[in-house]
Amino acid sequence: MSDTNQRISDIVGSNDVVLFMKGTPLFPQCGFSSRAIAILDHCGVAYEGIDVLQDMEIRQGIKAFSDWPTIPQLYVKGEFIGGSDIMMEMFEAGELQELMTEKEVAKAS
Amino acid sequence: MDKPEVKPQRDAMGTRVAEEIEDLLRAAFAPTRLEVINDSAKHSGHSGDDGSGESHFTIVIESAAFVGVSRLERQRMVNRSLGDIPGQRVHALAIKASTPD
Repeated sequence: MSDTNQRISDIVGSNDVVLFMKGTPLFPQCGFSSRAIAILDHCGVAYEGIDVLQDMEIRQGIKAFSDWPTIPQLYVKGEFIGGSDIMMEMFEAGELQELMTEKEVAKAS
Repeated sequence: MDKPEVKPQRDAMGTRVAEEIEDLLRAAFAPTRLEVINDSAKHSGHSGDDGSGESHFTIVIESAAFVGVSRLERQRMVNRSLGDIPGQRVHALAIKASTPD
């Protein structure tokens, strides 16, 4: 496994909910990342936002790691869930909230 | 004197990338419904806007090929069929993939 893959693997392994995004949760730099943050906030879960604009290795590496060409990307308990379209579809169907409950994800403090 | 080249356009927002996307999707999935919508104007001036007017698209596709396939895999199938378009030539593709009733 390459160093970048190892780094990504460590990130998704050490946080319940990770969003790879452009910008930060407070200052998202892309409408899709902004929407993903809004969804996670609505779910009321604690999450880690990883700004790929600050790290070119992760920005490129995450695409291969997830077999997914775009940012943002959501991981829950190490499992790749999808990008912002899938997050929105799941949220609207109540499935994302269920997933967070099933996986016993910590609530935002 | 040469006449200015007139590009065939489906409508006011018809674009070459949109047509390419449509052709690839029709070939890959024989969709029963297909819309490729250029949202680029809505994102004008934003970080992903490269000035081409072809940076953001929404794809609405219905195909029997998605029966029994998860949301994640449906999007992967669509992205794969489009080669280097998603994330490279086009900044953002919103994909709504469904199955015929």
